[in-house]
Amino acid sequence: MAKIGVFVCHCGENIAAKVDCTKLTAAMESHPGVSIATEYKYFCSDPGQESIKKAIVEQGLTGVIVAACSPRMHEATFRKACAAAGLNPYLCEIANIREQCSWVHSDGDEATEKAIEITRSLVEKVKRNNELQPILVPVTKRALVIGGGIAGIQAALDIANAGGEVVLVEREASLGGHMAQLSETFPTLDCSQCIMTPRMVEAAQHPNIRLLTYAEVEKVEGFIGNFHVRVKMKARYVDMYACTGCGDCIQKCPQKKISAEFDCGLANRPAIYTPFAQAVPNKPVIDRQHCTYFKNGKCKVCQKVCQTNAINFDMEDEYLDLEIGAIVVATGFQIQNTSLYGEYGYGRYPDVVTGLQFERLASASGPTGGRIARPSDGKEPETVVFIQCAGSRDPSKGVSYCSKICCMYTAKHAMLYAHKNHHGTSRVFYMDIRAAGKGYDEFTRRAIEEDGAGYIRGRVSKLWEENGKLMVRGVDTLLGRPVEVPADMVVLATAMVPQPDAKEFAKTLGIGCDEYGFFNEAHMKLRPVETATAGIFLAGACQSPKDIPDSVAQASAAASKVLALFSREKLEREPIIAMNNEATCSGCWGCVLACPYNAIEKKDITDRAGNLIRRVASVNPGLCQGCGTCVTFCRSNSIDLAGFTEKQIFAEVMGL
Amino acid sequence: MSEVFEPKIVAFVCTYCTYAGADLAGTSRLKYPSNVRIVRLPCTGRISPMFILKALQKGADGVLVSGCHPGDCHFDHGNYHARRRWTVFNSLLQFAGVPEERVKFSWISAAEGIKFAELIRDITEDIRKIGPFEEYHTLIAETGSAAPL
Ligand code: SF4
Ligand code: SF4
Repeated sequence: MAKIGVFVCHCGENIAAKVDCTKLTAAMESHPGVSIATEYKYFCSDPGQESIKKAIVEQGLTGVIVAACSPRMHEATFRKACAAAGLNPYLCEIANIREQCSWVHSDGDEATEKAIEITRSLVEKVKRNNELQPILVPVTKRALVIGGGIAGIQAALDIANAGGEVVLVEREASLGGHMAQLSETFPTLDCSQCIMTPRMVEAAQHPNIRLLTYAEVEKVEGFIGNFHVRVKMKARYVDMYACTGCGDCIQKCPQKKISAEFDCGLANRPAIYTPFAQAVPNKPVIDRQHCTYFKNGKCKVCQKVCQTNAINFDMEDEYLDLEIGAIVVATGFQIQNTSLYGEYGYGRYPDVVTGLQFERLASASGPTGGRIARPSDGKEPETVVFIQCAGSRDPSKGVSYCSKICCMYTAKHAMLYAHKNHHGTSRVFYMDIRAAGKGYDEFTRRAIEEDGAGYIRGRVSKLWEENGKLMVRGVDTLLGRPVEVPADMVVLATAMVPQPDAKEFAKTLGIGCDEYGFFNEAHMKLRPVETATAGIFLAGACQSPKDIPDSVAQASAAASKVLALFSREKLEREPIIAMNNEATCSGCWGCVLACPYNAIEKKDITDRAGNLIRRVASVNPGLCQGCGTCVTFCRSNSIDLAGFTEKQIFAEVMGL
Repeated sequence: MSEVFEPKIVAFVCTYCTYAGADLAGTSRLKYPSNVRIVRLPCTGRISPMFILKALQKGADGVLVSGCHPGDCHFDHGNYHARRRWTVFNSLLQFAGVPEERVKFSWISAAEGIKFAELIRDITEDIRKIGPFEEYHTLIAETGSAAPL
């Protein structure tokens, strides 16, 4: 038999001024299943809560309704009070007669009538409530950081320095990401390598960090605190332990003309190589696609010269299964394919380069040793034209968003160019200058005022070659007339885009991404580093275009979220989750398709001999977030949502 | 009829957006007609067509389904499921003779207290105009099907 207690709160005048609380209490008192109904000025106060506790104990209540303010306000308070009196907290419900009744209706009779219906309907619901237990999930205190650029390194170091265990996975042969490719960095012009390489080394040598380079995350299963991750260790054909990194093999490899990715095609590399001189780990890999041995079955020169017998052509991809508690995704970005812009002549004219190529030209460790020279003939350009927004803010051809870093790096390029080629002229075609950041506006002003960068506001419409010069035609929107600039070199500030496989990888992770492929945060403003999947966090440009300071800040934020998680032994979760009735489930998998969290698994039902009888849906309580979408989807009525079951809701509706 | 007909309207809303929006209307002390009864659910994705039928069976003259705006669903995309389901179910309802105006769908965010109050005003006005859902009540009376749980 139900023994429900109804507690009608006056909320001072807030409720009592409109709702006739005495009438409400009387109506509830006579309602079937209600053992006690009382009213009081403030039930949320200490004496108020005490009186509820007392009633629970004295009357042996099986359910409690507090008719008061919004459950969003005090549900937790009253559930706690019930628990303290020994009543399962999920047997307590709040009837909202303030926000949705007394405060919004002017007529007292109407408000009272409505309050009675609201309260009655919840009494009907609570009669069908079940005792629920919070779900406790253990936490594996090991983080997976995906991506070894500056964001990934920062997150890994922050977690590791706080004592957490980290597995850092990088798909290239070395840590470093795009930051390692940069020359000097804005707005301080310190050399990227100088600040980056020590961090790379620190990450690689940290006792709490396990570094897996040339490796890719293949599969992610499980849920917060309990992910199972499979990592593919791509065959390097070089034994990491035997190799001393002497580089003899690299010297002797007969394949010398493979376009070097790290130098954006401005230099060549052999088939056995490290991406760059300061690579971490400084051990080479064999690029199977270009290796003479793999192509023709003959060569093995590297094996012959290697003093430590580190080369092994029989190596195969290996798989590593890891138990992980939290994941930081820091997979970074790519630059947009510039061939989209035929009018800019990229690919047609060797002296039209991308911003990233310019970085390599300006970099002391780059193919020219830091001399800014034309790719076509190695001569120093007298005039360089920079074209901003090459792909960004252009929904018709490129991407609609602003890539955020180009205004700043173009100003930097113009500066570096002025510092290195003293007689040179630079012209920058821009749409507007977006230099919001500490020291940023000062920086672009410096490029203009001290380093003579000539800014022209307008888009470039055409680019062609004439008498050995690149002719750039655009429009100067400030002067309102077309301009033509003859240039020796053109630099395109190409749009920053997500990794080409980002959308697919989002599926592997079970997180969302936007129309472009940038990963989605849980809330753009209030939960910017979390994803909708608990336990997976974001750092850096995989979320949206970001510069180094922003990436580092977000990485540290993600690390702090991971550490907060690791500070707990067990996670307590609301037991509002779906439950499946395996007896009636037909295995149609409608629920599997509906669930936004991949929380529904397919379970085999076998007989005693282990033969498969049928397969049914089974809800993973760790993954289920309790939206109830699956429940509505199920045609055989097999799934129900704890706390909001069909019966409860029907009863609530019928109680109205 | 001299007296204005006061319809009964049942609203099924998600707790993250529309319920919060209704709370905001409350804390802002916006006034709207008292005809609406709110049933709170975790997500519009949980709103089964059966709930709508149950509400009509109980005597509702109008039903409202409301959740987060597209892209804002706390549960990623429960609201898209809800919208699709509602679209299909609505045509079935119409086929069965339930006028379109009786079942409404809308998006109200947690910040849209004003919009919530306006919506309730509009819906109440609309349903007042089309009058009580007599056909359905008669049908239930004739078939003798009570409203079992
Ligand atoms: S309640 Fe929502 S999260 Fe849980 S299994 Fe069902 S659809 Fe997935
Ligand atoms: S929708 Fe229902 S019947 Fe189909 S698999 Fe899921 S639980 Fe089973």
